[in-house]
Amino acid sequence: MRLLTHNMLSCNIKGVTNGFPLKLEADKWVTKEVDLNADFLRGIFPKIEWSALLAAARVLGFAELPEQADASMLSSDDFLRRFHHALLELHVEEGALVCPETGRKFPINKGIPNMLLHEDEV
Amino acid sequence: MKLKQLEGLLGGLEQFSQPKVELEQYPTGAHIASRMIYTAESSYEDISGKIVADFGCGCGTLGIASALLGAEHVLGIDVDSESLEIAGENVTDLELDIDFLQCDIRASNLQGLLVDTIVMNPPFGTRKKGVDMDFLSLALKVASRAVYSLHKTSTREHIRRAALRDYNAKGAEVLCELRYDVPQMYKFHKKKEVDIAVDLWRFVP
Repeated sequence: MRLLTHNMLSCNIKGVTNGFPLKLEADKWVTKEVDLNADFLRGIFPKIEWSALLAAARVLGFAELPEQADASMLSSDDFLRRFHHALLELHVEEGALVCPETGRKFPINKGIPNMLLHEDEV
Repeated sequence: MKLKQLEGLLGGLEQFSQPKVELEQYPTGAHIASRMIYTAESSYEDISGKIVADFGCGCGTLGIASALLGAEHVLGIDVDSESLEIAGENVTDLELDIDFLQCDIRASNLQGLLVDTIVMNPPFGTRKKGVDMDFLSLALKVASRAVYSLHKTSTREHIRRAALRDYNAKGAEVLCELRYDVPQMYKFHKKKEVDIAVDLWRFVP
């Protein structure tokens, strides 16, 4: 699971209102290089929940994202490289996603988060 | 990548080994899948450089086709872990990178805006009535750019009405009518293979 996917996921238990972002716990992760697409990064930047990306990247030991980010930074190649790396090159293999409201843990095995709900959560 | 080449690569994918009838698991054939995603890219530029989600991805055919045609990020979602395992192997074999999520589409709750395009071959709702419409209504909520989907031709008017009137789609267009070969996979199939007519739709959310 890339952190771009993490940025899309929220707790899906019925009745939960503050289910985003899910807290990331990671036991194993890998880095896979991919080509940087600056146009893509500039287009997606306004849609990314920065604080969620920042927190998740830190869990994976990547602390090179600025605390705050705004669109003016998109002209910096250095910023784009860091943003690209955090968003698309880090893959969580084993760990969990934790609902901020209920504490429910959704396990991540072999890179796939399992967000199937129990009967009483639907 | 040329259409023929795409179809060839998709033809080599592993499909369901023990399909589950309750989930209406039928493989999306290479012929249909390649035309669907190729059209999405060549006529509408909805794939390359985009974020694509494959709803009910099964063994990953449509998501893999999207990745092959240059999608920046692909997320395949399915409820069934065995399908996801096969999908993962298919992705590894082709040296692609696709994210997967195990989840019931109807409870998927994806944050809006990030997904550009949704590609799907939803259950036709013959076993569980209405599930095809659940997929469509959710896809139209999540996608910001386009939804590509296959539905039985016999339901064309119903689909069009629901999409435009109930799910607030701005556009609903049948791009072509295709023959969907349903191989004899389940015990209740009496014929060796049947062809059903399906529409390839493009919806604009």
